[in-house]
Amino acid sequence: MEDTNTTHQVSYGIYILVWLGLVGLTLLTVSVSGLNLASLTIVTALTIAIIKSLLVTNYFMHVRTDTRVFKVFIFVSLIMFLTLIILTFFDITFRAGGK
Amino acid sequence: MENDIAIEHSPIHRDDLGSKMGMWLFLFTELILFGGMFILYASYRYMHADDFKVAAMRLDTTVGTINTIILLTSSLCVVLSIAALQKRQKLLSMYMLIFTIVLGGAFLINKYFEWSAKIHHGIYPKGPEMANFSDGEVLYFGLYFVMTGLHALHVIVGMIFLAFMLVFVAKDKLTYDNHQKLENAGLYWHLVDIIWIFLFPLFYLIH
Repeated sequence: MEDTNTTHQVSYGIYILVWLGLVGLTLLTVSVSGLNLASLTIVTALTIAIIKSLLVTNYFMHVRTDTRVFKVFIFVSLIMFLTLIILTFFDITFRAGGK
Repeated sequence: MENDIAIEHSPIHRDDLGSKMGMWLFLFTELILFGGMFILYASYRYMHADDFKVAAMRLDTTVGTINTIILLTSSLCVVLSIAALQKRQKLLSMYMLIFTIVLGGAFLINKYFEWSAKIHHGIYPKGPEMANFSDGEVLYFGLYFVMTGLHALHVIVGMIFLAFMLVFVAKDKLTYDNHQKLENAGLYWHLVDIIWIFLFPLFYLIH
């Protein structure tokens, strides 16, 4: 049987690289927000936020090296969350006089 | 019974995978807690897009950026603390935990000054300045106080959680081959970080 009480070891260097990436993306999202991208502003901001959270979950939360069940867990709960968002927006956009 | 066999083999039964799974299940309830509020934010922003832009101008992007970097750095410290413990560098692990808690405190101090400035200007639920605001601006600041407030509460809980881990590491209750509790505290802290990663652009960077 697989020993579940051991964890994958990662060197300090990779964590510091990920942190540098996260700080870089933060500065990027701040400087990009100064540009006038109209409707793309929110898309850009959220894309960068999603990339940042992927870095945190995969490297800092060790999901990348965890057993597959955690990836399935996260996937299922995110799909559920996405469904809630989509259903809410159906309601708002189709409601008579929704504005 | 399976449990009895496990107890026979080792004096203290430990299930790190189960412990981690429990932590993740808890984190999903946090996703629902904050997720509901993010959906509320999205709905109101959709209905009052221009008011949200006007209201967001009142927040200081520099303070928000500094706080983002503080939280990201604290996340790095937690993960370094776990790695250090795995490498049997107990002292380094403890320093990293102390540094994380200090950074959490720095985040809260910034937040305190930010909130104080708003409250001083009469911007708080039912505050005098809010009477002059449009509906959208009132909703924006309502969400701002509730969401950043709940997030700050999570930072406080995370700091307490990590302080316990610091004591456990100091007392050798957590060691290089038994550190799942520290890992779980780290998972919680990273979740708090991820929530801020989304709060920051949604409240500070609307132009």
